[in-house]
Amino acid sequence: MTFRIRCTISIRDMDHIDLDSIAGLCRIDLADEERKTIAEQLDTMLTYMAQIKVVDVEGIEPMLHASAIHSILRDDQPGESFSTETALLNAPEQKNNQILVPRIVE
Amino acid sequence: MEELFFKSAEALGQMLAQKSLSSAELTQMFIQRIKAIDAKVQAFLSLDEEKSLRQARASDERRAKGQILGPLDGIPVGMKDVIAEKGQPLTCGSEILEHYISPYDAAVTERLQRAGAVLVGRLNLDEFAMGSSTENSAYQKTRNPWNLEYVPGGSSGGSAAAVCCGEVPLALGSDTGGSIRQPAACCGIAGIKTTYGLVSRYGLPALASSTDQIGPFARNVADLAALLQIIAGYDERDSTSCRVDIPDYRKFLDRPLKPCRLGIPREYFAEGIDGEVQRAVGKAIEFYGAQGHQIVDISLPHTSYAIPVYYIVMTAEASSNLARYDGIRYTHRSQTATNALDIYSKSRREGFGSEVKRRIILGTYVLSSDHRDAYYIRAQKVRRLIAEDFSKAFENVDAILSPTAPTTAFKFGEKMDDPLQMYLSDVCTVAISLAGLPGLVIPCGFSEAGLPIGLQLIGKAFHEGELLAIAKQFEKAHDFSQRYPKI
Repeated sequence: MTFRIRCTISIRDMDHIDLDSIAGLCRIDLADEERKTIAEQLDTMLTYMAQIKVVDVEGIEPMLHASAIHSILRDDQPGESFSTETALLNAPEQKNNQILVPRIVE
Repeated sequence: MEELFFKSAEALGQMLAQKSLSSAELTQMFIQRIKAIDAKVQAFLSLDEEKSLRQARASDERRAKGQILGPLDGIPVGMKDVIAEKGQPLTCGSEILEHYISPYDAAVTERLQRAGAVLVGRLNLDEFAMGSSTENSAYQKTRNPWNLEYVPGGSSGGSAAAVCCGEVPLALGSDTGGSIRQPAACCGIAGIKTTYGLVSRYGLPALASSTDQIGPFARNVADLAALLQIIAGYDERDSTSCRVDIPDYRKFLDRPLKPCRLGIPREYFAEGIDGEVQRAVGKAIEFYGAQGHQIVDISLPHTSYAIPVYYIVMTAEASSNLARYDGIRYTHRSQTATNALDIYSKSRREGFGSEVKRRIILGTYVLSSDHRDAYYIRAQKVRRLIAEDFSKAFENVDAILSPTAPTTAFKFGEKMDDPLQMYLSDVCTVAISLAGLPGLVIPCGFSEAGLPIGLQLIGKAFHEGELLAIAKQFEKAHDFSQRYPKI
């Protein structure tokens, strides 16, 4: 069974999707074959999602969460936290009790 | 012998109480069962036999001293590999966390241990809970115990399949858009996604923070209630945890159910819902009518927008939440990276599977400055309309009945090349997640091919007890929850 895709392509502004720029923003280095597949799929999915553009949302407040949330701050008291050893347990590389990374500032 | 593996947790608890067997013996039997059949089902990613038996022996010692911690003391419980358990792997089904060992316990893990449960193994899932078939796991394909050529549903496919085939009597999963309910339906067992905020998310790596919830799988409604009783409750470490009184859920099951008004949303029985599913759910509705409940035709007019809204909101939140897997602090780090930027992009290229990359990219797109208003903000506005549909419906009804998924379980590979078709597997569950409402699933029939069909009961916020009671009435009059697959 397949579902009919309800909206037409005209609903979405068919701006060119600059996949390399988006992948760069989210720091994912795509392989060539992945780039091609994802570009096609992204287009299909955005076309489907664009059907929400026909809904009248005038005067409706965005619903950011499932429950009405408010800022919850705990008392400003130090609590228990991981020891250095525990915090470094899963570090891919470490040296002198610190996570080792390549030089960032020359 | 095999029948023992299909006994309810309640029945196993009685056997422990009568001392007809010990928790160590029971745990050892389930571990042997897993070793015997999991090569076929492939529900488990890892087992720590020694640790589980240690917990079981501790339970036996408590029992000998008359100090048991509750009805699930000594009972084995499986954990979806996305719920932190100190000293155990927490792969989230992803290669990027292949060697990660959790340094802490999730809130629900602490609660289970305080209740004396024996934690047995880590259960397979779609990578970072993204999927509806468990095919997106980086490690293995879990099979549907009713027919090994079919998927168990997802993303908590490992948890559902393990309970279904008697590898554990109980398991925990997580549900962001249907990941407990759809696999429960596919495997013919009971599962509940609770009201958002009822169960702490502390120790559950975030997918979509605004809808993620941990919840139980069980062989029947009473066991579901028993496990929910343990994991529900306020936790200060989750800023969205709700301060509500947790009722005694068993009381809802013990007292007779008063007639109530049950809403049938016409949009959930529309084109695209398989005929066999419609008929099985239709029979369940007739059953409730015959019990004296008022069946009310209702409309949830924004239902058709639930999938696009959900996949915009979820991918947006996931793209932000998954930024933490950066190759720097605790994940896989690419060995070919030469500078910091390279570490991020190459580690993520190597560590994430296609579905995760696809969703992060889609989420990044809908949040990017040029498209944020048209997609993300607009989706959040439509989300409010979807939630208001439910609020209006609940002015006239006490609960809503619907199918759980548009079809029974599907075959491996059927939807893997078409992500949009895979997303549509969630068409009956995502709106409830967006609104933050509870959804309970029980088996209500089988297809001609012998695959289970699930009935979804949707409730008002924090009305889990009422849903359990309504589900129990159906379960008592049918034998679906007593059927089990032959492996």
